Amino acid sequence: MPISMQLPDYLVDRDPNRCITCKVCVNQCANDVHHWDKDVDSVIAEEEKCVNCHRCVIYCPTHALKIRRNPTEYKENHYWNSSTIRGIDRQAEGGGVLLTGMGTDKPIPIYWDRLFLNASQVTNPSIDPLREPMEIRTYLGSKPDNVIIKDGKLIKELPPQLVLDAPIMFGALSFGAISLSAVKSLAKAATDCGVMWNTGEGGLHRDVYEYGKNCIVQVASGRFGVDAEYLNAGSAIEIKIGQGAKPGIGGHLPGEKVGEEVSKTRMIPVGSDAISPAPHHDIYSIEDLRQLIYALKEATRYTKPVSVKVSAVHNVAAIASGIVRAGADIVAIDGVRGGTGAAPLRTRDSVGIPAELALAAVDSRLRQEGIRNQASLVIAGGIRNSSDIVKAIALGADACYIGTAALITMGCRMCQTCYTGKCNWGICTQDPKLVKRLNPEIGAQRLTNLIHAWSHEIKELLGGMGINALESLRGNRLMLRGVGLSETEYRILGILPAGE
Amino acid sequence: MKRVYAREEVCAGCKLCEVYCATAHSEYPSSILKAFQRQETRPVARILVEVDQPLTFALQCRHCEEADCTQGCITGAMTKDPETGIVTNDESRCVGCWTCVLVCPYGAIKRDESGHKVASKCDLCSNNDTNPICVQKCPNNALIFAEISKGGD
Repeated sequence: MPISMQLPDYLVDRDPNRCITCKVCVNQCANDVHHWDKDVDSVIAEEEKCVNCHRCVIYCPTHALKIRRNPTEYKENHYWNSSTIRGIDRQAEGGGVLLTGMGTDKPIPIYWDRLFLNASQVTNPSIDPLREPMEIRTYLGSKPDNVIIKDGKLIKELPPQLVLDAPIMFGALSFGAISLSAVKSLAKAATDCGVMWNTGEGGLHRDVYEYGKNCIVQVASGRFGVDAEYLNAGSAIEIKIGQGAKPGIGGHLPGEKVGEEVSKTRMIPVGSDAISPAPHHDIYSIEDLRQLIYALKEATRYTKPVSVKVSAVHNVAAIASGIVRAGADIVAIDGVRGGTGAAPLRTRDSVGIPAELALAAVDSRLRQEGIRNQASLVIAGGIRNSSDIVKAIALGADACYIGTAALITMGCRMCQTCYTGKCNWGICTQDPKLVKRLNPEIGAQRLTNLIHAWSHEIKELLGGMGINALESLRGNRLMLRGVGLSETEYRILGILPAGE
Repeated sequence: MKRVYAREEVCAGCKLCEVYCATAHSEYPSSILKAFQRQETRPVARILVEVDQPLTFALQCRHCEEADCTQGCITGAMTKDPETGIVTNDESRCVGCWTCVLVCPYGAIKRDESGHKVASKCDLCSNNDTNPICVQKCPNNALIFAEISKGGD
């Protein structure tokens, strides 16, 4: 066999003064990096298999392990850098499409970090959220053009609304892509926090039907697991057109991941590949989309809002306008940084546009057309923390999906090898010996902690601005100033530079 | 009585319970490094993780109501405390005949030949109140210390 040109990405540093040869690293590494060598009475590493997931580092009881980036240098070259060369090496040896997981790691401009929030000083009072009530409850759904009030009561019936105790939802992560333990963690946390989780296109496992009240059930191009009971089990339905990590591309869950439980939940035979076509083959136009939206509304007797999720692409504003006119109650926009279990590397890193610009463009367009009230706007794709959420709301979002942040909360270290099915943290795998590594009680508790922490922070940021209800911040771009952006970016974001 | 129960559905099979148990019952109970590096012989864990992937769970003495080991013990070293229910082995009286190892239906007693030969077994960290070290240190909450009326014996 010709020699491989690929160098190990990482080196395993084992401190011999600290290693007690307990072999915890050996039994925990699903990538078979660590081996017990009885001849030399020590643990050795096959470093080329290491993906830097930190399982061994965190589980080592004596902190004997460190993972370092391989310090071997390639000849310095700004253009032909090491990741470019390594990509070519992988393809020269494998001959396939480069696969990866999670969202893009490329240095795409981070607009969130160029946006700064306002605060009250002297001329208007800021509010202390620990002393005064703050309202961050969020209602997602179509709002009527007007309201009719008689004797102090609303007499016009409102379209169905999703009620969120915080403007945060767990993004679509399907059972099949992620483990049942991860699904249970998300479902329980969403229920405990009064927010929503999303089935993705993987159907609804029997064990999580009880969390249906806090669930958005997805209908994607493969229609996996969709029947009348499924549609009615959730509180909203989402038609998935695209996702930020791989706009224009369908999904492919390999047959080896389709075990008994995934098979039953997705309603496909055991061991068969679950292939989601790139388009919905019954949706080639806005009119076709309208048919599906209303078919789903009929199936649920107009009791549940219908969301349509699209990737942020070049003409996303016009597409969003069409989606609203097609009758969607919620439009979800997934930016280029959105994550995934498996995507072609080149698609993930090069297709789509940043969520911040897409959000501003869509909100502006819907306002200009006078239809912003007809649908709620949910933004996804790289929401990292509570200030990203507050900035997104000020740019015009009603709520945010978090996917990657939720995975990190459950233990994900973003090693980007989800597609191998060997997730050492039991999140992105169907291997029963790995799945049980994620205890859903612990996962749910950590997610609940995160939502509570972010809710507190959102209230603090709102209070600083002198705002006591999130509703007063929605689309209030005067609360934002930018730094270091171009004229065009200020125009698209609809904000002023700092100092103006 | 309160016993340690395994929740095999969330046991990661990492065997950290063995490491912490061995340390807690070593000459240096507060330091893993010292226990494994300074003690003359390698410390012995009194808990054992059974592995037949994907099945894994930690097993230790069940502190049986009518413990065969106490009845089989030829020196009277193995006794059950009538108040706490904890079965312990008085190592000063144990002669290492391994009768207890033979009769234990769970295979929960090990041979410790580091000093004079003695039987080594779970002592619930010698109390029936706070969580034993294995329960405290399990990274995935796969061990619980609880009073469960059915099972265990």
